[in-house]
This record gives sequence, C-alpha cells and structure tokens, in this order.
Amino acid sequence: MFRRRYLLRLLVRKGVSTRYRNSALGWGWSYVKPLTQYAIYFFIMGTILGRGRGGIENFALYLLAGIVVVNLFNEAFTNATKSIVDNKALVKKIYLPRELFPVAAVIVAFIHFLPQAAVLTIVAALMGWVPTALELAAILLGTLIVVLFATGLGMIFGAVNVSFRDAENFVEIIRMLATWFSPVLYSYVLIVDKLDQVGHWLGTLYMLNPLTSAVELFHYGFWYGTTTDSRPTPPHLLVFSLVGLAACFVLIIVGQVVFRRFERRFAQDV
Amino acid sequence: MTTVTAPPKLSILVENVRKTFLLRHTHSFKEAFISKIKKKQTSTSFDALKDVSFEINEGESVAILGYNGSGKSTLLKLISGVLEPDAGRIRTRGRVGALIEVGAGFHPELSGRENVYLNAAILGMSKKEIDERFDDIVAFSEIEDFIDSEVKHYSSGMFLRLAFSVAIHVRLDILLVDEILSVGDAPFREKCRKKIRELIGEGKTMVVVSHDVGTVRELCDRGIVIKKGVKIFDGPVEEAIEALKNQ
Ligand SMILES: Nc1ncnc2c1ncn2[C@@H]1O[C@H](COP(=O)(O)OP(=O)(O)OP(=O)(O)O)[C@@H](O)[C@H]1O
Ligand SMILES: [Mg+2]
Repeated sequence: MFRRRYLLRLLVRKGVSTRYRNSALGWGWSYVKPLTQYAIYFFIMGTILGRGRGGIENFALYLLAGIVVVNLFNEAFTNATKSIVDNKALVKKIYLPRELFPVAAVIVAFIHFLPQAAVLTIVAALMGWVPTALELAAILLGTLIVVLFATGLGMIFGAVNVSFRDAENFVEIIRMLATWFSPVLYSYVLIVDKLDQVGHWLGTLYMLNPLTSAVELFHYGFWYGTTTDSRPTPPHLLVFSLVGLAACFVLIIVGQVVFRRFERRFAQDV
Repeated sequence: MTTVTAPPKLSILVENVRKTFLLRHTHSFKEAFISKIKKKQTSTSFDALKDVSFEINEGESVAILGYNGSGKSTLLKLISGVLEPDAGRIRTRGRVGALIEVGAGFHPELSGRENVYLNAAILGMSKKEIDERFDDIVAFSEIEDFIDSEVKHYSSGMFLRLAFSVAIHVRLDILLVDEILSVGDAPFREKCRKKIRELIGEGKTMVVVSHDVGTVRELCDRGIVIKKGVKIFDGPVEEAIEALKNQ
C-alpha cells in the first residue's frame, strides 16, 4: 500500500473534490451541518435542561469540543464502511490493494474535520484559550485515537458490508449512540456515578470506550483551561487514553486480518 | 537466459484452475440466519471454470473464444488477479494490464485531465510516467479540446476513446483485452487495432477475448476455445474458430 502512495493521494483528492460538487454552498456544508446539530443540542441541553445538568461552566465550548471529535469519528467510520461498495466498479474489474479505499475514506473525513477544528480553535481562543504543550498533546492524542478507532472499525464493517449490506444500517445506529455513550452532552461525572452504583465495572467499561477518552482529551485540550471550575478531568484519563490507544492498534490488526480474509471474495460478491 | 537458442520464456501459466462461484440466496443477516435455522441451503455453487490448463509464452497473441457465459471474462479476471482461483494456480511474469472494462475508474464529475491521472494511477503508473505520457494519451484520444471539461458531458464515444487511450499507454508486459476493440467509430477502431498490432510487434504477450471473428483472425495466431468452463480446443486460430462453430 505504501508503494501506491500517489494513487492514495489521487483517491483522496477525488473524494474531497467530488464531495460537494454541484452544490451552491459547497464546503460550506462542512460548517452548516455540525452547526445545526450544535445549535439543537445547545438549545435543548443548555437552555431547556439547564446548562447540561451537571452545571458545566462554559458549556458552549464544552459541547463544541465534544461534537467536533464525535463528528470526526462518525464521518470516518461511515465513509470507510461504505468505501468498498462505493468503489464497486473498480473493485470488480481492476486489481489494486483494496485497503486503499477505507484508508482514503478516513483521510477524506479527516480533511473534512479540519475546518471544524479551525472553528473550535477560534471559539476557544475567543474564550481565552491559551494552549499549553500538554493540552496540545492531548488534542493530538485524542485525534489519533479517533482516527485509528474509525479505521479499524471501518475496515471490519467495510469488509462485511460487501456481503451483508446490514453493516451500513448497523453503523447508522452506532453513529446515533456515539454521541450519547461518550460525555459530549453531559459531564462524565453524572453517568459514571450512576453506572458505578450498578457496578463498578460498568463505569470502567464506559471509561474504556476509546471515544470517551478522545472526547475527554479534547475537553482537556480546549475547554479545561478556559474554566475556573475545579471540576477535575476524569481520574486516570492518561491511563484510559493509553489503553484506548493500545486497543485501537489491536483493532487495526484485527481489522487487517478480517479485511484480508474477506478481500478474496470482494470482486465476486460486491 | 544466456544460451544462444533461448527457449521462449513462459509468460502466463494456468494450471488446473477451477473457479467456483457461490450463488448466495441471502443478502442480509436475517435471511442468512433464518436459512441456517431452517437448515435450508443458503447458496448453490457453480463452476465457472473447470480444470483449465494452458501456457502462454512471451510474445504470443492468443484469443479466448466461447459463447456467452462460457467463462472467458472470468478467466481474464483470474489472470489479472482480480479474482483468485479456488483450485490450481496461476503465474504471470511482468506487469499485467487488463483492459477488461475500460473506464471502470472514471468519475463523471471530474475533468478529462483529472480522470486521466486518476486512472493511469489506478492502472499502476507513477506520477512521473503519467506526466511523460499525458500528451500522447490525449493526442491518441483526439479529444484535446475537451480535456478540461467534465467527463459527464462527453459523448459515450469520446468517453471510451479517452479511457481506452489511458489503458493502452500503460507500460506493461501482458495485455488482457476483453471485448473492447469494438469501441468508438470506425477510424478509431482501426487506430486501436494498429496500436495493438504495434504492441504485439514489440513482443508483448496478448490475450484477447472477442466475439468478432475478423478481429481475432487479424490479431491472434493461437486460439483457446472454452465451452461451459471447460477448455475444448487449443491450437492455431483458424482451427479454433472452426472448433467454436462445430462445438
Ligand atoms: N461474480 C460472480 N458471481 C457469480 N457468478 C458469476 C460471477 N461472475 C461470473 N459468474 C458466472 O460465471 C459464468 C461465466 O461468466 P463470464 O463473465 O466469464 O462469461 P463470458 O464467457 O465472459 O461471457 P460473455 O461472452 O457474455 O462475456 C456465467 O455463468 C456467470 O453467471
Ligand atoms: Mg465476458
């Protein structure tokens, strides 16, 4: 795959430039869609339910940081899952390393994430965000976790999707849940306390979700510094993040194996 | 390699190849699951190729003949590596280029120029190679004036011209051609044939699938006839054409 870097670059460029062809707003949609989503969540969680229940200071920024990471995950995961079927014509007729498709899809999602990250940076800066090196490292680590997580899952679901289009619908559900099963709309304290009442392992499980780590890393990176609140970042965030990162690497390997396994049949089944 | 009377080098080896397609009757988890419970068959298998063997030497030009559904395209896909055989083995020497269906990688929303780059890269060319050959590719297709407009505005003939032109300019050692010599208008077809004859002259290995007896006669000197997945004849092209008619 590394030998086909030039092809990868062209595939990414194609993905980027054809995405919003023939739409007047073009890449503006990259802002409009998340902003709409953001406005709704902000209105409901912040205004109606009262500042995210947990009384989160600077809730606007808290919410934005979380939504931007989860969006990256959703985009990358969905694109990668559909990538093989979307490139049916090629897969069927020409021999080329098929991993290129999910990988290109994830890169396109990443490029798509950049303008949103820019908005987030500007908003944070307006709120007095002056990043420290540690905070920047947290942001990078969070991004890395999300990208790897989406790539690994995307390869598995993308491969399965060739034979069973159910995978696409399943991914839709995961997308919906992703926002709720990570501390985007509320503070992790709320849920972990509740879960711990049921069983300590449940709270741990929640924290082990790599997305939870990534969201909290983004909160730490963008939001934490702008608050005077003494609300701590989750205990052992670093440990959970590193475990999450390791899990993502394992997932990528599993993804590769599954992908290889199914790849032999792509051309005839797709 | 250094002997004076070098034996012809093997270019394509196909040995006892079988290709089985599973025709699945289920396309969702639910269907698959229910069939499992009811112990119904979820698929039937079908041999598209059965125990096919042959060798093709470097510089040979071979036609694969057979009626619809006999397994010709499947065979070319196996040689190009798109499909993998279920039994037997296939070896090729050098870069294999498959003109199985030209234009597979074309994207209608991109311009002709962007498509040339994308497709040449898909077919295995590096940026440098494409830069070098870009003008030749466009000149061959004769659509210079439209190269920067979107491919969706092309006529179907223009589209095929450009696609074919890209494919034919990829540097390769083995060329697999499936039913594409009938693209474009008469002058362009003639040009394509000429180009292919040129490649044969350069000693490239060629495998051609075509229902057009004239094309086959003109381009190939050997023919392999396949009937329902079984090789029934392998020999000089005239005899192969006879064998096809009398099968
Ligand atoms: N992906 C696939 N899944 C299931 N069956 C397939 C698949 N591809 C081909 N077949 C079957 O294999 C058989 C041979 O098909 P193939 O395309 O090789 O025929 P062909 O000789 O090229 O025919 P034609 O002259 O029409 O091009 C056909 O019966 C076809 O239905
Ligand atoms: Mg065919």
